[in-house]
Amino acid sequence: MEGGSGGGVCTSGSMSTVSKEDNLMVSTEVSSYPDEAELELGLGLSLGGGGGGGGVKPQEQGWAQYGRILTAKDFPSTVSSSSSSSSSLSRANRTTVGTKRRADSVAASNNGSQVVGWPPIRAYRMNSLANQSKSPVTEDLNSMVEKSKSTNTMVENTYNGSNNTNGYAKKKGPLNTSFFVKVNMDGIPIGRKVDLSAHSCYETLAKTLEEMFQGPTTTVNAIGSSNENYDAMTESTRPSKLLDGSSDFVLTYEDKEGDWMLVGDVPWGMFLGSARRLRIMRTSDANGLAPRIQERNGRQRSMRI
Amino acid sequence: MDSKRKMDSPESNVLTRSSPFPDEVLERVLGLVKSHKDRSSVSLVCKDWYNAERWSRTHVFIGNCYSVSPEIVARRFPNIRSVTLKGKPRFSDFNLVPLNWGADIHAWLVVFASKYPLLEELRLKRMTVTDESLEFLATTFTNFKALSLLSCDGFSTDGLAAIATHCKNMTELDIQENGIDDLGGGWLSCFPENFTSLEVLNFANLSSDVSFDALEKLVSRCRSLKFLKVNKNITLEQLQRLLECAPQLTELGTGSFHQELTTRQYAELESAFNNCKNLNTLSGLWEATPLYLPVLYPACTNLTFLNLSDAALQSGELAKLLAYCPNLQRLWVLDTVEDKGLEAVGSSCPLLEELRVFPADPYEQDVVHGVTEMGFVAVSYGCPRLHYVLYFCRQMTNAAVATIVKNCPDFTHFRLCVMNPGEPDYLTNEPMDEAFGAVVKNCTKLQRLAVSGLLTDLTFEYIGKYAKNLETLSVAFAGSSDWGMQCVLSGCSKLRKLEIRDCPFGNEALLSGLEKYESMRSLWMSACNVTMNACRRLAKQMPRLNVEVMKDEESDDSQADKVYVYRSVAGPRRDAPPFVLTL
Repeated sequence: MEGGSGGGVCTSGSMSTVSKEDNLMVSTEVSSYPDEAELELGLGLSLGGGGGGGGVKPQEQGWAQYGRILTAKDFPSTVSSSSSSSSSLSRANRTTVGTKRRADSVAASNNGSQVVGWPPIRAYRMNSLANQSKSPVTEDLNSMVEKSKSTNTMVENTYNGSNNTNGYAKKKGPLNTSFFVKVNMDGIPIGRKVDLSAHSCYETLAKTLEEMFQGPTTTVNAIGSSNENYDAMTESTRPSKLLDGSSDFVLTYEDKEGDWMLVGDVPWGMFLGSARRLRIMRTSDANGLAPRIQERNGRQRSMRI
Repeated sequence: MDSKRKMDSPESNVLTRSSPFPDEVLERVLGLVKSHKDRSSVSLVCKDWYNAERWSRTHVFIGNCYSVSPEIVARRFPNIRSVTLKGKPRFSDFNLVPLNWGADIHAWLVVFASKYPLLEELRLKRMTVTDESLEFLATTFTNFKALSLLSCDGFSTDGLAAIATHCKNMTELDIQENGIDDLGGGWLSCFPENFTSLEVLNFANLSSDVSFDALEKLVSRCRSLKFLKVNKNITLEQLQRLLECAPQLTELGTGSFHQELTTRQYAELESAFNNCKNLNTLSGLWEATPLYLPVLYPACTNLTFLNLSDAALQSGELAKLLAYCPNLQRLWVLDTVEDKGLEAVGSSCPLLEELRVFPADPYEQDVVHGVTEMGFVAVSYGCPRLHYVLYFCRQMTNAAVATIVKNCPDFTHFRLCVMNPGEPDYLTNEPMDEAFGAVVKNCTKLQRLAVSGLLTDLTFEYIGKYAKNLETLSVAFAGSSDWGMQCVLSGCSKLRKLEIRDCPFGNEALLSGLEKYESMRSLWMSACNVTMNACRRLAKQMPRLNVEVMKDEESDDSQADKVYVYRSVAGPRRDAPPFVLTL
């Protein structure tokens, strides 16, 4: 697994054939690196990373910044060039207003996305788009979930939108990732798929799953933690209750080690990194999970530095 | 003024004049003519009218700063209070023009300082403006009121500080989309404490933080403030406080529309928007999420212009918002709303006249998102009044465009950008000639056209034949031979601006327009097949045209890589940098 994308990136010549998903590693690729948990590389963007984590230095001179974690600001536009990263940095400069450039001929290697001044979008707007993608993919979701709970009267269908600042991250922006996992619900034979990268917190994910499975009474209850103000809520604004165990179903996930865990215990980013599939489990079936989860989480927490 | 005029223009002497009108009356009447095109016409009637017009004119619009000199302007128009100037060729917006090309405002300011000391307004587009110029402006013109800078470069926030500090009567400060060196937000705090005259403030495109305290106080004491556009750093909470100070706003640009608010804060924000019943324009909305968009709903009833081009909304969010905007006339969105979002536009906005759809990911090739021809078609069915469109997409068909212009025959501005150069009709694989043919045949009022996709000379035959009101044409990666450009030059009698890049048009085409260019504002040709010799011939035969060439580093000596031709009464530029060859 570790060789997958990392290996492809190590040779700059094959760079052009490596898809953007491989180039722009987001937390979804963390699962490619079994050593991730120990190394705690954090979840910025990096160029493929290579096998076994981010400490590997490149041999090719084109990958000058290989050793450090890049962030979105290094990729103001998508990098689909066959040239080395040094020119990809000059691509980054293309959005700088007033950068002196000559008209280049249309690049033969791709469909002309490197033509100067094309599509005709003002430099200001390019900078604005680049700035939008600068925001980190993951945030301190615990606090965000807490606060968003206090505003749950306004929570609506957030299936398409997400609260993260990459409002259109799922639209294949420069981060260009989607991370679909299978979701099965007990009692429903047909499973679904959900794009985890389209969400930035458990709240929206749970709401999405609710909508998806449209269980009229069982899953549809107010979600919340203990500081919920239930009186303030009207029925139409009920947030999902899948996460706090007060409905008949709980949301669980299978992590990369094959264990089933309760969703919601770990920070969102970590969840994204380890979740392989989801299951909406009957609470009665999930009882056995609890002690293992705590033990698990304890282990995980101590591993987080 | 009367006595001065009689001294300067003896032709107006009462004894020799033929018109029965006293000059004063004529001037008073002509003074009411506002449109600069009409004024141009008026001035051509006879000498008396020419003089009456020039004395009564208070606003001058100069579409190409090099077409005339400040001295000539000042000589003709003695009483100007307001100047609008445009500088660089439009393709400089897309980095096709090197830095330091010119269009510096300073020489103009120096002349204005002596000829128009009472100057009140300056609106600049694509000019180079330095901090020194801004300081000069601020300290020289004591009556100065309105400054608008769009797509300009060369200055920093220090220049803005000078304006804020010295211009005691400022009513308008509008800083849009400029190549500004943002050194910090301190400029805003330079407005003096007794300064209350501001009506328009736009700093939406500045990136540094301003002092919110200073801003809040400024907004509170400027009771006539009508337009306020803040930058992204202003939070929702701060916005709410600003709205409380200024419920009378008619145009609002919000800051970031994403912040964790408590329930109470949310309610306060909602209430603040509820009080803004006069809003007709809304923009900003960075990072808007479905969580907070609903606070806008009560303020949207009277909205005529909604600019969502900084908010990456999805189709559902847009649909919900538009349901509250029945009076919308102008809408700008990002293509994240997709076709589904545009369907909502079609169904919710029957009064829509202008639509601009910008790409969220213009350089992404693999993505199958954004908008397609379907979205455009959907809008055309629902919005028969549509007459201005700017549409970025990745696929289009001839049939779709034909349908669109059948539904909306009143297009005045049709700017279609299929983002992949030379992209054919994706269903038939044919060129997009018939699409633009349909546009020019159906839309007789068409003034501005931008073409894209795979196009042969046939497109330009159609344009030359049918687009009789066309004034501005933008062409890129299109055409087959010189014939195409020749058709346009000979057919489009009202053509004023022609900008071409990366097309197979050469010398024959360039020279076929010899007589035409003097009736046009300008011609831009870059990465075409034009040689230096042809440009020299053009320059030699047409002395009232300025023919300027910029060469690329790698090209050979005979190629004229970038050609800019424009008429001028001021002669060749004297401030051209070394890389601009004046022929």
